[in-house]
Amino acid sequence: MSETSRVIVVTSGKGGVGKTTTTANVGMALAGLGEKVALMDADIGLRNLDLALGLENRIVYDIVDVVEGRAKLRQALIRDKRNQNLALLPAAQTRDKSAVTPAQMKQVITDLKEEGFTFILIDCPAGIEQGFVNATAGANEAIVVTNPEMASVRDADRIIGLLEAQDLRDPMLIVNRLRVKMVKSMEMLGVEDVQEVLGSGVHLLGIVPDDESIITSANRGEPASLNLESLAGQAYRNIALRLKGEQVPFMDLEEKTGFMDKLRKIFSARK
Amino acid sequence: MAITSFIERIFSKDKSAKSVAKDRLKLVLMQDRASIPGHILEQMRKDILQVVSRYLEIDESALDLNLEKADGSVALTANIPIKRVLPETTASTPK
Ligand SMILES: Nc1ncnc2c1ncn2[C@@H]1O[C@H](COP(=O)(O)OP(=O)(O)O)[C@@H](O)[C@H]1O
Ligand SMILES: [Mg+2]
Repeated sequence: MSETSRVIVVTSGKGGVGKTTTTANVGMALAGLGEKVALMDADIGLRNLDLALGLENRIVYDIVDVVEGRAKLRQALIRDKRNQNLALLPAAQTRDKSAVTPAQMKQVITDLKEEGFTFILIDCPAGIEQGFVNATAGANEAIVVTNPEMASVRDADRIIGLLEAQDLRDPMLIVNRLRVKMVKSMEMLGVEDVQEVLGSGVHLLGIVPDDESIITSANRGEPASLNLESLAGQAYRNIALRLKGEQVPFMDLEEKTGFMDKLRKIFSARK
Repeated sequence: MAITSFIERIFSKDKSAKSVAKDRLKLVLMQDRASIPGHILEQMRKDILQVVSRYLEIDESALDLNLEKADGSVALTANIPIKRVLPETTASTPK
């Protein structure tokens, strides 16, 4: 049993903001740093994490099989051939959220800890209902993924409140799909804006650019974090390092905000 | 704040989409966060009615209780149509 297992739920409220992409890539990056990583797809009925990792053809058993006793946890876990440190526990595709209870989720997580995983990342489904409750039940920490876009930030705020109610305080924040050019030309919310409206309770963990390589690598089933040359690959590696407690400066993706922002800062600093 | 918006007006003909989005977000989040569960609002409505009707005869059915955005903050407003002011003797004794 690993004493230091960290159980982190990746959540957002809104769908399509990049939870699954983030789980796959941060998981792969952590494995690349030598951590033993289990990725759990908690989106029962809409499984996706297997695709993001390119492991869809290797699924024999899933989490519901484990919970209902048809398979041992070890039989259901899929070891990634590219990095043996990484394992996936797939969701069931033909069942729905009610197939698993929060207590059963907790038990699976306890068993994953027994297997010696140092990081257990849980890919949370969209929404705030049972799927969310299940996915957060056994977690000790939370990563909130948001896009720099109003509806996404609003949902993130709501999720932060619900996480708090589950005793998951001070979540980490990943701003995904940032378009640097649009922020610079004052057409899009920047990372600082998102942080400002969400308040000081959230801690910025990373910034991931809107990057075509993420889409092409998702199509190939090869997480972008495998390619450290790419901007996205670096962003995920930095996130993995920060999760391990290292101080890594944020990449120069958004700091150069517009002229008006600078002025505004100067004036608001001395009010 | 005033200086900033003044300069902003000189330099750009409109507020940027970025700052409009931020302002709108701030406001909507404030409303979201201040949202009060329906049953609490209902209880509050009854309590307010009880207190006010010690002094005024009011149209209970027309009481309108709202959370509204006002000037960057959220305000609780109550619109209570008054039928008549009760005489002081009645008013001083809570029922
Ligand atoms: N940083 C990014 N840049 C470009 N595309 C991205 C990025 N993050 C996610 N995507 C794409 O957005 C879509 C939704 O992402 P996904 O991870 O499935 O979201 P969620 O799990 O939150 O529903 C996918 O097609 C994915 O490839
Ligand atoms: Mg997903």
